[in-house]
Amino acid sequence: MSDTTTDPKPHQQLHRVVIRFAGDSGDGMQLTGDRFTTTSALWGNDLATFPDFPAEIRAPAGTLAGVSAFQVHISDHDISTPGDSPNVLVAMNPAALKANLAILPKGAAIIVNVDAFEERNLAKADYETNPLEDGSLSAYTVYEVPMTSITTEVCKDAGVKPRDAERSKNFFALGLISWLYTRPIEVTIGWIGEKYAGKPLVMEANLRAFKAGYHFGETAELFESSYGVKPAVLEPGEYVNITGNTATAWGLIAASVRSGLPLFLGTYPITPASDILHELSKHKQFGVRTFQAEDEISGIGAALGAAFGGALGVTTTSGPGLDLKSEMMGLAISLELPLVIIDVQRGGPSTGLPTKTEQADLLHAMYGRHGEAPLPIVAARTPSHCFEVTVEAVRLAVKYRTPVIVLSDGYLANGTEPWRLPDMDGLPTIEPDFAAGPNHTDADGQAVFWPYVRDEQTLARPWAPPGVPGLEHRIGGLEKADGSGNVSYDGVNHEKMTRLRAAKIAGIAHDIPPTDVDGEDGAEVLVIGWGSTYGAIAAGVERIRARGYKVDQAHLVHLNPFPADLGKVLGRYRRVLVPEVNTGQLSRLLRAEYLVDAISFTQVEGVPFRAEAMEAAILRQIEGVAAGSPGDPGVDGMATSHGKASD
Amino acid sequence: MTDLANAESTEVPVPPTTRKDWSSNQEVRWCPGCGDYSILAAVQMLMPDLGVRRESTVFLSGIGCAARFPYYMNTYGMHSIHGRAPAIATGLATTRPDLDVWVVTGDGDSLSIGGNHLIHALRRNVDITILLFNNQIYGLTKGQYSPTSEVAKVTKSTPFGSLEQPFNPLSLALGAEASFVARTHDMDRKHMMETFRRAHAHRGASFVEIYQNCNVFNDGAFEGITGKDHRVDMLIPLVHGEPIRFGAEGEHGVVLHRDGSVEVVEVADLGELALLVHDEHRENPGLAFQLSRLSRGPHEPTPIGVFRDVERPEYGAQMAQQIEEATDRRGKGDLDALLRSGSSWTVE
Repeated sequence: MSDTTTDPKPHQQLHRVVIRFAGDSGDGMQLTGDRFTTTSALWGNDLATFPDFPAEIRAPAGTLAGVSAFQVHISDHDISTPGDSPNVLVAMNPAALKANLAILPKGAAIIVNVDAFEERNLAKADYETNPLEDGSLSAYTVYEVPMTSITTEVCKDAGVKPRDAERSKNFFALGLISWLYTRPIEVTIGWIGEKYAGKPLVMEANLRAFKAGYHFGETAELFESSYGVKPAVLEPGEYVNITGNTATAWGLIAASVRSGLPLFLGTYPITPASDILHELSKHKQFGVRTFQAEDEISGIGAALGAAFGGALGVTTTSGPGLDLKSEMMGLAISLELPLVIIDVQRGGPSTGLPTKTEQADLLHAMYGRHGEAPLPIVAARTPSHCFEVTVEAVRLAVKYRTPVIVLSDGYLANGTEPWRLPDMDGLPTIEPDFAAGPNHTDADGQAVFWPYVRDEQTLARPWAPPGVPGLEHRIGGLEKADGSGNVSYDGVNHEKMTRLRAAKIAGIAHDIPPTDVDGEDGAEVLVIGWGSTYGAIAAGVERIRARGYKVDQAHLVHLNPFPADLGKVLGRYRRVLVPEVNTGQLSRLLRAEYLVDAISFTQVEGVPFRAEAMEAAILRQIEGVAAGSPGDPGVDGMATSHGKASD
Repeated sequence: MTDLANAESTEVPVPPTTRKDWSSNQEVRWCPGCGDYSILAAVQMLMPDLGVRRESTVFLSGIGCAARFPYYMNTYGMHSIHGRAPAIATGLATTRPDLDVWVVTGDGDSLSIGGNHLIHALRRNVDITILLFNNQIYGLTKGQYSPTSEVAKVTKSTPFGSLEQPFNPLSLALGAEASFVARTHDMDRKHMMETFRRAHAHRGASFVEIYQNCNVFNDGAFEGITGKDHRVDMLIPLVHGEPIRFGAEGEHGVVLHRDGSVEVVEVADLGELALLVHDEHRENPGLAFQLSRLSRGPHEPTPIGVFRDVERPEYGAQMAQQIEEATDRRGKGDLDALLRSGSSWTVE
């Protein structure tokens, strides 16, 4: 910005800031947030993001239903959530202001595109009077910026039509915020040049808008100062900023390379899982086959067929698809073939809230099949953790010849965080260990191959893909005789096979790490969670500790089987609090398995927990213990406590 | 990468086999007199002729009487779940192009619960051979009407007669862009073997409808056309490049009308030159579609043989080609490079 002539404004350092970009679905807010995030990541901040958008691709412009938002939390230290409350809201129109005002704390800054606050847009957002004029925003610091008019003005002689130029106003907003928080601008300028190389007019308009926004911050007599957020002190290493879905896709590729098994993804497009398909379909040079099936059933069916043939068979889905795949999972359990099912959870039941997060498929994953049909379940806790968990799922699937469910969710899938790239040599060994020859001697003394002879230690059966002479065999969904695998309707054999299948899965408890407890001596309350609540629980625990109390945190990656020591761990505490974004699913499992009086703390609002609510919920348990009360007075049932109602 | 698909040595010649080599040690448990027995025999007798390996042959099935078929073949096999065999076969055939993948199914399995998978496997032209045993009834569940049962069929579930228009399996397959479509019946082993041989030789999805008698729940459904005494006047053998005619003296024939419809005529009335010459390779499936509907049911003269056999890119091969092209263009996948494909930064 060499043409700046005014004196530089004062500059202040912040430790952290939460910014929320909000606008119409067509305003490009996800892109804006994403670019700000990338710049901040490269700058070295720790960060967490939360894209929050409607299911409609383009709801009527200017309406509340069409508001799309992107929240990003940047800091100079380690953080675990995208932030409870934004410090700054960028509102591109009245609807974006109205839809997001409720979560803004008093005193926060609001930067509005004042051009959009005209009668028609105000009416669409159900404003009777202009909030910029009626005093209703007096508790906030409001900056009125004519984003549309400046953008069209600077693009006047760039050769683009005024209507097209207006579409660059999100880059104006990005430029303005980039100035306000002292982001390096070269990254964005370079990106615009690359991204729109094929559309020179669009590139020019976006560049002009971005620079205009940056200059506006510097020169307009509106902002008293700019702010800086220094790089966070992170563990040395190479980092990328990654979403959960990308981490999942990369985890699958890594597991494929690591195991030598060619990857086959059979799937059907569904929000919020489709990006895994999109990402994998780009990397065919790894021998990846992606099959967009005619339906969810075909997706998992083809993956199972590929597994029968000796490939790494994977299917990805979300809740409604998990319903449809249940029967095929049962077949995979009966066939005892490796298969990975990735469920990116969203709000249910039925179509529910396609773009909003929830973790309400745990009991479905556990029990959602007819008959006695156990399978391992693992869950990711942060976006980058999806990589490690996916590799672990493949390890279990291949070693134990079983379908494995990976639980991710919409928040992890689309959220991002900096990820220190792992050392590939540190990944677990995944050995397909295909059957090579006969494993049994029949009555005539002949060496034969029996598909259901089990490994003594793992109880896994041999995996014998077609192509090897002498190992020809038939398997199916009918009950099989122990050992030979021939069809058997014998009741005693069925009992034996049922218990063998269960014992195989239960035995995995001894092949996984013990419960991961972040603890300190003397804590009497344990907060235990699973999945994407990790960040919020960690933030809540940190706040409690900052108040001088003791509290321990455990977070489960393996949900079936549980770690072998979990019962003992739970027994050490006077109170066990289980926060979940459902109505109490893990708490039910813990109660059933360990007879522990697990206290459920839940919410299902389609958004992650807030650290503040978590802090209050934990505090109540600590105060309860101190008061010597046996139970939680605020909870009249195990699954009734609500994130908001509790504080 | 574990390369099962290319592990097979092409140097070693296929050892000669007999029907016995292809029969598993499992007792066949269809009802005595079931048409499935003769289809199984035809397949087991054909196998030694095809010059294929047992270890490279896979039979997949769904649920139903026909679906027990894989248990009786001494090959690799899977008896899966209702209607889903074409989906499972798609995953297997695309990842293992070295294998011969057969799908054995019935009219309930693949035209009712699995209809979606059948049409999409045909549309994609996955390299599989589908044998559809059509007995126009649900046998394994003991006698309910099926999607190929004739209207007004009285069954356990339709005591007042069924209301539904049946599917014509060949019309459906042709409508689903199938590249190979044929029909045969369980009373003629030679015709079955020849039809299966052709289906196996076709690259891409092959669809064969087999009229199959269920002697318990729908006995004699096809007797009127496949019975020894009726065949000559009721079955119309389709032979590529030959005029379509039938009857003991070839006295009946099929003509194509100007409006595109086809009709059975007496050759004596219109002359030999008026007959339609069968062309399996015709790109446009319209005429094959007309022939598939020449008979309104197994009580009118009905064409059998290969209706359509055209070349179309095979799905698995196209998938493999995309992988090959991507690898040529970018080099073999490098995990470290993948992880750094976005913007990465280093913390010292």
